[in-house]
Amino acid sequence: MNAVLHLAAVSRVHGEGATEVHALRSVTFRAHPGELVAVMGPSGSGKSTLLTLAGGLDAPTSGSVRIEGHDLATLDNAGRARIRRTSVGYVFQDFNLIPALTAAENVALPRELDGEKSRIARRLAVTALEEVGIADLVDRFPDEMSGGQQQRVAIARAIVGERRLILADEPTGALDTDTGEEILRLLRARCDAGAAGVMVTHEARHAAWADRVVFLRDGVVVDETGSDEPEVLLVEEAGR
Amino acid sequence: MSIRQAMLAILEQGPMYGYQLRAEFEQRTGETWPLNIGQVYTTLTRLERDGLVEVVVGDAGSGNAGHGGVGEPLGSDRTHVYRATEAGRSEVSEWFATPVPRSQPPRDELAIKLAIAVTLPGVDVGTIIQRQRTATMASLQDYTRLKRTGRAATPQEPADLAWSLVLDALVFDAEAEVRWLDHCEARLRRAAAEREGVRPGASTPSTEGATR
Ligand SMILES: Nc1ncnc2c1ncn2[C@@H]1O[C@H](COP(=O)(O)OP(=O)(O)OP(=O)(O)O)[C@@H](O)[C@H]1O
Ligand SMILES: [Mg+2]
Repeated sequence: MNAVLHLAAVSRVHGEGATEVHALRSVTFRAHPGELVAVMGPSGSGKSTLLTLAGGLDAPTSGSVRIEGHDLATLDNAGRARIRRTSVGYVFQDFNLIPALTAAENVALPRELDGEKSRIARRLAVTALEEVGIADLVDRFPDEMSGGQQQRVAIARAIVGERRLILADEPTGALDTDTGEEILRLLRARCDAGAAGVMVTHEARHAAWADRVVFLRDGVVVDETGSDEPEVLLVEEAGR
Repeated sequence: MSIRQAMLAILEQGPMYGYQLRAEFEQRTGETWPLNIGQVYTTLTRLERDGLVEVVVGDAGSGNAGHGGVGEPLGSDRTHVYRATEAGRSEVSEWFATPVPRSQPPRDELAIKLAIAVTLPGVDVGTIIQRQRTATMASLQDYTRLKRTGRAATPQEPADLAWSLVLDALVFDAEAEVRWLDHCEARLRRAAAEREGVRPGASTPSTEGATR
């Protein structure tokens, strides 16, 4: 199966000399259609770095990043921006909403930039906001919403339209247990419908919704759980 | 032990055969704590001895026991229908009225293993922690899969809800274990860094991370 996302021996070094920081060291990572992958690791281990490289928001020092077969390094800025808008949904750790736009406008923006008629873009945006459970807030501005509500707008923006790759940095960070679970259900459903998802999380309970959990330490993948075939411990269905 | 009280409590629903009792228990708890039928009858025999249950239909009644005993091997216990006595019912109320004691935590093999490991020079504790975390995470994924599919995902009956709550208990338990492992790892790394002194230029991401 072709990976939607393929990082091959990717390294990212910030700064140089004495202040050099190896945020990622030769990481190879794939996400396939239908697969949700969780990335866990302590603060500073390189999780956000991995995600920004995967989303084409930053470029690796060495190694290559491919999205649906396109090597991002071979594309010009416009080409990368296009892939980001059309194929990739990105949920930022700090939401990154545009303060001057309402919830619906924030969510509709990437569609409109991509040439969608604004009426249609708005309808898609409202549907996505319904899906994350805040249909009543479509015309609010970010500073009129709670942290958890802003987070849900950010998630709606990432899932609007047919994104093939959803990258989410701590998507449940500002949410209570129940809302967090709703969001996971939603990401899970998108992946079950064929998207590839990569989600950074500190919460083991949330990571457990993924098919695979990757552990990062000091910029290196140290371990991985889960494969595509489920190894069920408790065979509940058999007992029925 | 709680199995005894759990069985007694289920009998409050009405008289039952041993195998029914087991089915009712597993309806609520999945196969998390499997009961073998021998255990069920041993427990019932003890409960009867202690006057907490009584037999309402015995050997002689097996002919008119309706659906009972079908396919069950014939042993005297297996054709008995049990009912909670007055004393049994008050033991159940007592059980529900009393918190489960935490004064004697159940023996925790992992805590014991790490407690020993950190004191032994030749043991790579970091690897023990990582292996355990991966294994616990895999179990957590399994519980979560059961939670979001099957009867726990859309509970129809009280017993389905009970089962989904049991799964939640397993989930929170595994989560707590992962958090504790993260915590152990961070503390051990900090201790190691303090022992060595912080060397400039050396990679000490855990301390960097802590100041972010
Ligand atoms: N622009 C930058 N310049 C210098 N160093 C950076 C930069 N961005 C990240 N780093 C460093 O790279 C390492 C990895 O950072 P990253 O943001 O990927 O961590 P993280 O795993 O997402 O942490 P957190 O859980 O705190 O979000 C850290 O040591 C960080 O200080
Ligand atoms: Mg981060």
